[in-house]
Amino acid sequence: MLTYLIGRIAIIIPTLFFVSIIIFGLQQLLPGDPALALAGEERDPQVIQFLRHKYHLDEPLPVRYALWAQGVLHGDLGESIRINKPVLDLVLEKLPVTAELAGMAILVSLLIGIPSGVISAVKNGTVIDYGANVFALWGLSTPNFWLGFLFIMLFSVKLGILPASGFVPPSEDLGRNLATLVMPAFVLGNASAAVMMRHTRSAMLQVMSADYVRTARAKGLNERVVVLKHALRNALIPVVTLGALEFGTLLSGAVLTEQVFTIPGFGKLIVDAVFNRDYAVVQGVVLCTATAYILLNLFADIAYFLVNPRLRA
Amino acid sequence: MTAILVDRETSLAEGSDDQPWRRAMRRLVRRRGAMVGLAVVVFFVLIAVFAPLVAPYAPTATDWGAVRKAPTLAHWFGTDEIGRDVLSRVIFGARASLMAGVVSVLISLSFGVPLGLLSGYVGGFLDGVLMRIVDAMLACPFLILAIALAAFLGPNLTNAMIAIGISAMPAFVRLTRAQTLSTKVEDYVEAAKAVGNPHIRIVLRHILPNILAPIMVQATLAIAAAIIAEASLSFLGLGQQPPAPSWGSMLNTAKNFLDQAPWMAWWPGLAIFVVVLSFNLLGDGLRDALDPRHR
Repeated sequence: MLTYLIGRIAIIIPTLFFVSIIIFGLQQLLPGDPALALAGEERDPQVIQFLRHKYHLDEPLPVRYALWAQGVLHGDLGESIRINKPVLDLVLEKLPVTAELAGMAILVSLLIGIPSGVISAVKNGTVIDYGANVFALWGLSTPNFWLGFLFIMLFSVKLGILPASGFVPPSEDLGRNLATLVMPAFVLGNASAAVMMRHTRSAMLQVMSADYVRTARAKGLNERVVVLKHALRNALIPVVTLGALEFGTLLSGAVLTEQVFTIPGFGKLIVDAVFNRDYAVVQGVVLCTATAYILLNLFADIAYFLVNPRLRA
Repeated sequence: MTAILVDRETSLAEGSDDQPWRRAMRRLVRRRGAMVGLAVVVFFVLIAVFAPLVAPYAPTATDWGAVRKAPTLAHWFGTDEIGRDVLSRVIFGARASLMAGVVSVLISLSFGVPLGLLSGYVGGFLDGVLMRIVDAMLACPFLILAIALAAFLGPNLTNAMIAIGISAMPAFVRLTRAQTLSTKVEDYVEAAKAVGNPHIRIVLRHILPNILAPIMVQATLAIAAAIIAEASLSFLGLGQQPPAPSWGSMLNTAKNFLDQAPWMAWWPGLAIFVVVLSFNLLGDGLRDALDPRHR
């Protein structure tokens, strides 16, 4: 167990190192002199010289990387040039909003994806299975921002039962908070539900032909008990860990969902930063999402290891 | 025994001396979903190529007397906020979307496949370093990395395609490497080594042709993802720039008129959905046809 843990944690160190190289490298993609790009409209040579010195642009590339990485390791992700606030503060400010949205979306995807995957596998080859597969294809093919528009047109414009945009913190009014997030959560969880359905279906199909399921049936157990107690519990192990990998998809989707529903989260932060040419914020957001994704994968792997006795043996 | 007999009969019926590719193509043709997907993709490709002949109006032609008009006989899909014909813009928008889908995947393939072959075939330290880089790229969520790349490269369609291509590349490196690892220990590769073939010939002549099937499947599904990614970047203003039409940028404009002119959002979104669904159907069908284990 300990050897596995040490080995697994050791892998994330070089991965994080390369993530930092990629994110630092983004700045090198800026066409022309980065100091000019950072200065924006300002063309005063003194300002440009000041920026060049402040951001160590007059130093060789490896030195600049070392200085940047040193700052990152001390929690200094730079400063937003538009809002004049440390990037880390901005990220921490927006993170709870996106975390709540992503959490609700995961719930939606689990509640839709797992039952439909189980039913599809149990009714393999029937119209129900066909219908569930059509649902999965629909989920994978629908751009979530378009689905957001369709939801707004139906539930906000036509029926007038849900707010079209905005966000109310749960601490202020939990009811309105849920009302503002229910549509975005469904929109964001839709594609993940399709992925979960496919994973659950294939895991269930595999498990349903296993010897222990045949034994359970041979004992004369009720089919419901065989499916829910014997098959599903085993099929869920890979499904739940694969669900953790969906986190990245949800974060990508959150950028668009937050834009459609005007939710002031992580996604909106990066889009606003892109248009304000606030490159430190863009880098900070990518670094934080990548780190979160790596850590979540680590936890998923450890959880998989812990809940699967065959791996521990 | 029965299974073996059935398999033998099937292979005899299909012509046992046929090339495996021909047999796979025959299996593909028998899959209705894949054929429907292929037909729709061909339809959209033709529309994109012959857009000037098919579209009833120029995509940028404005008509101030027909601003935000609902669908009529003169404008089947209605008009937008400055009186442009939505149908014509959807037709011309197919060019940006399909081109972005294909070019991005070509970028991913042209870097991802050689790197995957190199990593899988050479192995050792190089494989370790390349895989850590791929892990690092996969750790950055696909669209967030594409947004960041597009932001730093500058907002236009070419840069969006480069950004999507780079962001989608790690999946191809991983897949090619995994396939290379399992193929390089096959007897025919060992035999090719034993007779003194140079490494480059072994990789290009003996390994690559045998791992093409899963790469083709992945490429087809990646086109679908790339079309959504281009639409997403254009929706955010990082792809095709106005007034040039693109389905994503049309949706970006439409979001301000959802209550007054909902048709501005219906059609470009439906076009994305139909094309992406078609590529997904085709990709699923290809996977089933090329890999009999999935049948």
